[in-house]
Amino acid sequence: MSASGTNDVVDTSPPRAMRGLLHLLGPFIGLIVVVGIFSILAPESFLTTRNLEKVAVQSVVVGLGAIGMTFVIISGGIDLSVGSVIALACTVTGWSLDKGASTPVALLCGTGSGLVCGLLNGTAVTLLRIAPFIVTLGMLGIARGLAKGISGQQPIRVDPEASAWFSSDWLLDRDWFITAPAVWFMIGTALLAGFLLRNTAFGVYTFAIGSNEQTARLCGVPVRMMKILLYGLCGLFAGLAGVVLFGRLGLGDPTAASGMELQIIAAVVIGGASLAGGEGRILGTVLGVFMLILLETGCNLYGAANYVQEILIGLIIVIAVAIDSLRHRRDPG
Amino acid sequence: MPSAVTSEDDVRLRMSGVRKRFGGVVALDGVDLEVRAGEIHALVGENGAGKSTLMKVLSGAHRPDAGIMRLDGLHYAPAGPIEARRRGIAMIYQELTLAPRLTIEQNIMLGRESRLGGRFGVIRGREAGLRVRSALERLGRPDLDPRRRVSTLGAADRQLVEIARALVEEARIVVFDEPTSSIGRNEVENLFKVVRRLRDEGVAVVYISHFLEEIRALGDRYTVLRDGRSVATGRVPGTRESDLIEAMLGRRVEQLYPKSRRVPGEPLLELEGVAGIRLPRRASAVLHRGEILGVGGLVGSGRSELLRLIQGLEPVRSGLIGLAVLAEGRLLDLTRCSPRRALAHGLGLLSEDRKNEGVALRLPIAFNTTLSRLGGGGLASRFGLFRRSALSAATNRMRDRLSIQSTGPWQPAGELSGGNQQKVALARLLHHGCDLLLLDEPTRGVDVGSKAQIYALLDELAGSGTAIITVCSHVPELLGLCDRVAVMHRGELGRARPAADWSEQTVLEAALLGEIGEEAA
Repeated sequence: MSASGTNDVVDTSPPRAMRGLLHLLGPFIGLIVVVGIFSILAPESFLTTRNLEKVAVQSVVVGLGAIGMTFVIISGGIDLSVGSVIALACTVTGWSLDKGASTPVALLCGTGSGLVCGLLNGTAVTLLRIAPFIVTLGMLGIARGLAKGISGQQPIRVDPEASAWFSSDWLLDRDWFITAPAVWFMIGTALLAGFLLRNTAFGVYTFAIGSNEQTARLCGVPVRMMKILLYGLCGLFAGLAGVVLFGRLGLGDPTAASGMELQIIAAVVIGGASLAGGEGRILGTVLGVFMLILLETGCNLYGAANYVQEILIGLIIVIAVAIDSLRHRRDPG
Repeated sequence: MPSAVTSEDDVRLRMSGVRKRFGGVVALDGVDLEVRAGEIHALVGENGAGKSTLMKVLSGAHRPDAGIMRLDGLHYAPAGPIEARRRGIAMIYQELTLAPRLTIEQNIMLGRESRLGGRFGVIRGREAGLRVRSALERLGRPDLDPRRRVSTLGAADRQLVEIARALVEEARIVVFDEPTSSIGRNEVENLFKVVRRLRDEGVAVVYISHFLEEIRALGDRYTVLRDGRSVATGRVPGTRESDLIEAMLGRRVEQLYPKSRRVPGEPLLELEGVAGIRLPRRASAVLHRGEILGVGGLVGSGRSELLRLIQGLEPVRSGLIGLAVLAEGRLLDLTRCSPRRALAHGLGLLSEDRKNEGVALRLPIAFNTTLSRLGGGGLASRFGLFRRSALSAATNRMRDRLSIQSTGPWQPAGELSGGNQQKVALARLLHHGCDLLLLDEPTRGVDVGSKAQIYALLDELAGSGTAIITVCSHVPELLGLCDRVAVMHRGELGRARPAADWSEQTVLEAALLGEIGEEAA
């Protein structure tokens, strides 16, 4: 029984919490290293309440997208369209406000457009049996095109009165319990998503499909329905992210968030998810998001050029995956 | 007949007192092994007995903590696999290790280009080609074109390429690790020929297998490992099978196939002329409660497909699958049924493909056990929530009932041995509460100890009214385990008759020829 490595063979049930913490060690150390480096490089501006608050607000868009993406990646899929879908939701929100819709209606339209894109992705993946990579690559183009079409290729400027709820009340109201409500909203959804993954049949089915789809089918898991729901969920989160982005920009910009899908996928992977499926944690994803955003703002504060940022992020992704594969090699079996 | 002459000179490999620990786990606890030139030495033992670790020590992948190894009388302590290969040790692994996009010749010469190559790494094609051709000739397959891509070869020919690689390396010891697990039944005989040929050329062959039949057919001498120790060694002819099993398990097995008195109940499942898209072509049978129906036949005759049709994993082209629903007193048609609905009606399938379908290797045991019924059995409340403690408890109950060896319910299933993985797959069916089991090769790749436990479990289940259909290639198992047996021949299922009316001979005949002149009934 060499397979159990250093664990005692007798039933000691290696505490699950410990295992989970070990998995999170990588992203956590990374986060601390990033914070440490920029505290030294930019001592008077980096670790200030003002900056951290900015980081928190900035991480909401990527964070919401990454939470949805975590589900899809755990199930062994991928969604390349989130960046475009976020832009579409952002544009739709602006467009509906511009057409005189009330705040709740605009909110529904924005998130709804994301949900519809996600459900279409899921349907194409299951019913047409096209690889997720291709389907969502298609959606990447379609959603971006729709956003541009709706807006007539121009950012939609909305009357500040009409968009007040999105841009100030909701997002930037600092007095509202330490940080902006949107940050609390993201933390709340992250907790909910974590609970969904760990403690419900939906979550276990997600892991099962990513771990071995054939087994899942044999066990009566409704694989098709699950996939449609998973991509739908990812789209819904992208929709929410788009609405938040609209608040931050104050306008419905069809060219926003381009390339953000890569940042989102990077955050999920840095957080310990495996692109092969069957592995991933919401907390890891959130740590990954913070790490990327801290790196971005840190570089800005230090005055590093944009290209330095891009190189650093690229390196971090490769290192994160390398650490992950090293860990797998050590785990026998 | 090359004999195993007992002369010191012929001893090619001697391992004595080999020990190896991994952390707190003792994998090898003093193993002695002596392999002679020109013999097939069978290495037998249960999963976890230390066979693989021992061979990894031999091939230089692990370094032993203690013990002495001598190769041709010379001190042997390989620093790594490369040195082991240079000293003439070749491994043929269960999972074949070829590059499918390369040709046969490229695969065989892989890693050896530098020695054959001219300057600047340009490969001297002619010499390489000659060597490969002569190796294939020695294996009795001069017809294989060395320029063919490996991806176009079947599993058996791929294995042959691996063996050819060993020959080109001029291996003096060739280790076969469960070589028949990856190839079809009819290709086994050819493999045996090749192994015997190697022996006749003076190679020392170490042959690892679970299957006692193979050891009997092939082995000259044997060594039994148990719990990391070598517990018995001797000549294969003249050793009784029951003695081998006893040495492997460390206890006597009274009866491998227990058969308590079973009384078949009312019919549960009726098949009427069931046909799939390709296979089976026609299958009719009636299965009763409390009965084990065996399906024999060759691999590829449509046996697995039949089970998969019933479970709804593959579409039915024509025919009728009727399930008796007790409460309503009527037949329920299952022909357009999804696997999910079949499970809901109490049908459960054990896949023959454990790794790709039977078990989700990366998922913990607890989820593997409860996946099909997360929402029931007191595990989950409404809204699909469940308590992990309840899952643990349910999994531990199954672990105790099936004696699954694991470190706990949250251990990934992939870390278990094959036998224990199979028990986890069975545990899922039990947890689900299936009352109609469709078992596809339930004991394939399972060690003897677990086999006996699985037989006992099936006997117990049938005794309590579960109906079981089992597909099984090993004829003694088929006859020992089942109440009635039907044989599939080219997609046509023969008539089910009591196991006592069959013999190994008649089952084989029916599998090969179909049931000729049987239309008496």
